[in-house]
Amino acid sequence: MKIQRLGQVASVALMGSIALTACGSDNNTGTAAGDSSSSSSSAASDCPTGTLDAEGSSAQKNAIDEAIASFQEKCAGTTVNYNPTGSGAGIKQFLAGQVDFAGSDSALKTTPKDGKVEADEAAKYCGSPAWNLPMVTGPIAISYNVKGLDTLVLTPEVAANIFDGKITTWNDKAIAAVNPGVTLPAEPIKVFFRSDESGTTENFTKYLAAAAPKAWTAEPGKSWTGKGEGKEKSAGVASAVKATEGGITYAEWSYAKDNDLSIAQVDNGSGPVQLSGEAVGKAVAAAKPDGEGNDLRLKLDYATKEPGAYPILLVTYEIVCSKGKDAGKAALTKAFLTHFASAETQKSLEDIGYAPLPAEVQTKVETAIAALS
Amino acid sequence: MTSTSVTDEVPGPGRRPSLGGDRAGTGTGRLGDRLFGGAAVGAGLLVIGLVTLIGLFLLWKAIPALAGNEANFLTSREWQVSGDHPRFGIVEMLWTTVAASGIALLIAVPVGVAVALFITHYAPRWLSRPAANLVDLLAAVPSIVYGLWGLRTFGPTFVPVQEWLTAHLGWFPPFSATSISGSGTILFIGVVLAIMVLPIVTALSREVFAQTPVSHVEGALALGATKWEMIRTAVLPFGRPGVISASMLALGRALGETIAVTIIVSALAQGTPWTWSLLNGGETFASRIANNAAEFDSPQKTGAFIAAGLVLFVLTFVVNAIARVVIERRKAFSE
Repeated sequence: MKIQRLGQVASVALMGSIALTACGSDNNTGTAAGDSSSSSSSAASDCPTGTLDAEGSSAQKNAIDEAIASFQEKCAGTTVNYNPTGSGAGIKQFLAGQVDFAGSDSALKTTPKDGKVEADEAAKYCGSPAWNLPMVTGPIAISYNVKGLDTLVLTPEVAANIFDGKITTWNDKAIAAVNPGVTLPAEPIKVFFRSDESGTTENFTKYLAAAAPKAWTAEPGKSWTGKGEGKEKSAGVASAVKATEGGITYAEWSYAKDNDLSIAQVDNGSGPVQLSGEAVGKAVAAAKPDGEGNDLRLKLDYATKEPGAYPILLVTYEIVCSKGKDAGKAALTKAFLTHFASAETQKSLEDIGYAPLPAEVQTKVETAIAALS
Repeated sequence: MTSTSVTDEVPGPGRRPSLGGDRAGTGTGRLGDRLFGGAAVGAGLLVIGLVTLIGLFLLWKAIPALAGNEANFLTSREWQVSGDHPRFGIVEMLWTTVAASGIALLIAVPVGVAVALFITHYAPRWLSRPAANLVDLLAAVPSIVYGLWGLRTFGPTFVPVQEWLTAHLGWFPPFSATSISGSGTILFIGVVLAIMVLPIVTALSREVFAQTPVSHVEGALALGATKWEMIRTAVLPFGRPGVISASMLALGRALGETIAVTIIVSALAQGTPWTWSLLNGGETFASRIANNAAEFDSPQKTGAFIAAGLVLFVLTFVVNAIARVVIERRKAFSE
């Protein structure tokens, strides 16, 4: 009995000391990070040290992870954290001052939504205009799983009708008409959609609404308005299609690649286009700038008839204050984004399912980053 | 939290007098008594305060959103929460949540009780302890693991069962065919939830069955009862309130289970025709809230989801209240 008591006391004491040391080390890292970031601002080298926190779009997760890995390799002593909680959450945290920059699948809105204009809110928070810097272009692949069907061409109208439940079997006349000479099986089409609100859904429905306005009449948005069966996140829809004969979905390229799904070619009116980094770059280059000066929001032309351009894509922006609130963090943000936007890093993204920024857009982004202060 | 109050009602012949003794004990002025009494009262009040605060928080966030809702919150099947004209209702989530949890209980309670009886009355001594521990271990598996296992391993093997049901019992509305492919159905969610809540039912029932007074057991046997008759006449009636409260605790877990359901279930597209089929997809309160939590970018949207959470809160509360009434009745009857 006595011994047991002693043991209890000892374990309580142990727990206490663990808790205390935990607190202690927390404080230490806190001051260390503060010190180093303030010293880095005076150094102003290519590699300031410190910790950078960012949050937002899950669509660019793999890309930014790749960039963070190579950045930290180059600059020992820096830590960049990216929390892929979703575009909405990222912008919210950015406006609340919790993170240094946000990743978002759509540029800050300039029109009021629920009584607030995001761009104005951000400018108010930053004390200077907030810039949208296009950084990662992720093509959205229309992926399907049909045995023996290796190539499939879809026009925007046919795609819209499939995703809206108007075409329900694979051997429908409309599909056969755009795929001459291909044997289509007589099995039902199983449409899968993202059950969570997502930028992927928003961009895909924007494409359908812009390229096939007659077939897709619903307002594009983050929640799905078509037909089908909902699965959680990109991983959910991709694995559902993988497991279902006759399944079709829209997902980021990397998910289609990782799950070995067949990817449909898209024919916007000037011939079928196979999804490739180059084809996506053409579509990004064809986009019109929509912001002023270094605010590089893009207006994508989803209905583009540019030959060889793959039109279904989403551009992830990094949203930053043009004049940083904290000099140390600003220098670090600038260094990281410079690395992220560099041709070398962009090139490395193609292996993991993203498309590099086309040269002309990439130069503009680099100019904008150089102008950050 | 509300469910703890139900488990407090687990009757034990040994416990009742000791509770009375405690109450009498707080009267004496010894320091130890006062400290312990104070700590117990404090803990109790803290929990009550917390539950009240959670309820108030839900109400406070939900009311503005509900005021702006342009559809009937309780009967609408729409879920359009952003924009200037939000229209949302919970009836679909309510159905999925209640149906899946109901299936889970239908499976878990009989099986759980049988396992508890096996451990307390049938298993040899050397087996009963390890068996009990193994069942308890099920409770320690994280729900994400159940989700992934259900999605990737168990789901595909369950599909033939569903196909058989639609082929042979498809005329019966709960088993009619739907457009959902694979195992993302309410029925399958119910089965996975049953496995998740099984240890709760088993562990509590086991404790109650083990406390059956030896005199009852021996009396029944002495009167010539077989083992099954003894269990039916002595053990089960004695343990019934305990089994009911165990079921309610399990139901609470099933109603609120989030991540496993989110991973497995197939959500329905807006405007899918209504069916009573258990082979349809759907979203539970918890899964829809969890699935969309990342995109809560406006108070309106957040409020709508919190209003759904409020309904779940009230639902759990009602279930526990009913359980309490049932147990009180049983007690009065047995005494």
